[in-house]
Amino acid sequence: MEAQTALIGHNRPADATPVKMATRDLDVSYGAIQALAGVELDIRENEVTALIGPSGCGKTTFLRCLNRMNDTIEGCVVSGLVTLDGHDIYDRSLDVVQLRARIGMVFQKPNPFPKSIYDNAAYGPRIHGLAANRDELDEIVVTSLEKAGLWKEVRDRMGEPGTSLSGGQQQRLCIARAIAVSPEVILMDEPCSALDPIATARIEELIDELRENYTIVIVTHNMQQAARVSQRTAFFHLGQVVEMGDTVELFTNPQDERTQGYITGRFG
Amino acid sequence: MASTHIVKAYDEELQHLNNNIARMGGLAEEQLASAIQSMVKRDSELASKTIENDDKVDRLEHELNDFVMRLLALRQPMASDLRNIIAALKIASDLERIADCATNVAERAIALNEIPPVKPLYTIPRMSGLVQQMIKDVLDAYIERDVDKAMEVWHRDDEVDEMYTALLRELLTYMLENPRNITPCTHLLFIAKNIERIGDHATNIAEMVHFLVHGVPFREKRRKEHYPGVAAVAPAANEEGEASGK
Repeated sequence: MEAQTALIGHNRPADATPVKMATRDLDVSYGAIQALAGVELDIRENEVTALIGPSGCGKTTFLRCLNRMNDTIEGCVVSGLVTLDGHDIYDRSLDVVQLRARIGMVFQKPNPFPKSIYDNAAYGPRIHGLAANRDELDEIVVTSLEKAGLWKEVRDRMGEPGTSLSGGQQQRLCIARAIAVSPEVILMDEPCSALDPIATARIEELIDELRENYTIVIVTHNMQQAARVSQRTAFFHLGQVVEMGDTVELFTNPQDERTQGYITGRFG
Repeated sequence: MASTHIVKAYDEELQHLNNNIARMGGLAEEQLASAIQSMVKRDSELASKTIENDDKVDRLEHELNDFVMRLLALRQPMASDLRNIIAALKIASDLERIADCATNVAERAIALNEIPPVKPLYTIPRMSGLVQQMIKDVLDAYIERDVDKAMEVWHRDDEVDEMYTALLRELLTYMLENPRNITPCTHLLFIAKNIERIGDHATNIAEMVHFLVHGVPFREKRRKEHYPGVAAVAPAANEEGEASGK
């Protein structure tokens, strides 16, 4: 068992990892269309959970439920329970802005603000009042950029617009921006789909490092990516979780025919 | 899994892989059959031909290895496909080893044919017949993805091991009877050992069929007795040998 752990490395999760977020009986519909039905998932702390499934299966909807991004969508009805550290995040008394500081998000297309690199990373700490003075803010900005693996590349050009960076750098800037407010959970919606393989590898490496301090949920269409970066994988199909488990297990020996069909390219 | 891939070429490639295993298996079986024939019929020409033919199996294995590399690189197989491809790779290596063992048998047959026969050989052809049937059945089990059949072959290997032990004992007795028997009996012993090894390769293939279908390795342990009866003969042999030597 010892040897096996060493061999498979980071992909094998400890069984006793605490649950960071959980959903129970989660239903989501957009008007008459039901997007999710009875989703029950546990997201474990300091692990990368990958969500895979065909387009329209509900994985992005699910991700957006985790920090209440669906609140802003008209006609979207969410019912059921979503918890962070055991507390219902749809509780009326809860401040959504605070919630989103605890649960950050990185999107498919890098979307830096039309501001300088510095201001992009400083944006969150500023609005949340996390720094007492300029020195503290500087430190947060540098640390975030370091954690996002971008600092060395941008240290001499902090005043340049974020949009002047390459695609991969922009995405890492967005990750730095998310990290800057010290979230506990980072949600990633296909963070590499607009990037080349090298930039993708950098982001994947980064995800693996970030896992030490954050809980990460990633939606990806790239199954190899899910297999590489995650410890646990959930397969969504038609708004339901068909199978959820250890990533290695799911990709080598899935238990459900539908999972098997999807990951081997037999769907349809 | 009955349904097919969205990319049709992928299905064809996996089929190609299966067909090549079947082809290699057929060749390995033939190699063993002719090696045994060359020994029983004392036909050195057939033995030489068998040795030459080993190249064919080696070439097929190389082709299959290259093909598997290509599949892994181009298709990034998952789940049952991944197991299918890994199993094919490992089975091919077992089949190649089976053919190697057959070649060893043929080489020993040539050596045996140059000296007078010891005794009529019953056990070796019988043992070989058993092993040939094992290869045939395990390959059928592979093609049909039939785990029960594969496991049945796996258990049948006990019989081969028993025969090998009995034969070892018998040959030791001949050698004790007359030192002139040592040369032919040593050759026969190596032949038997090679056939016994082929049986082991057949069980490896059976285990791969289990892995292929169930996704988990086959874990059952074989109860191994270390050549029972040999110990009873061997010390006596030493004493006698030393006594006559002095």
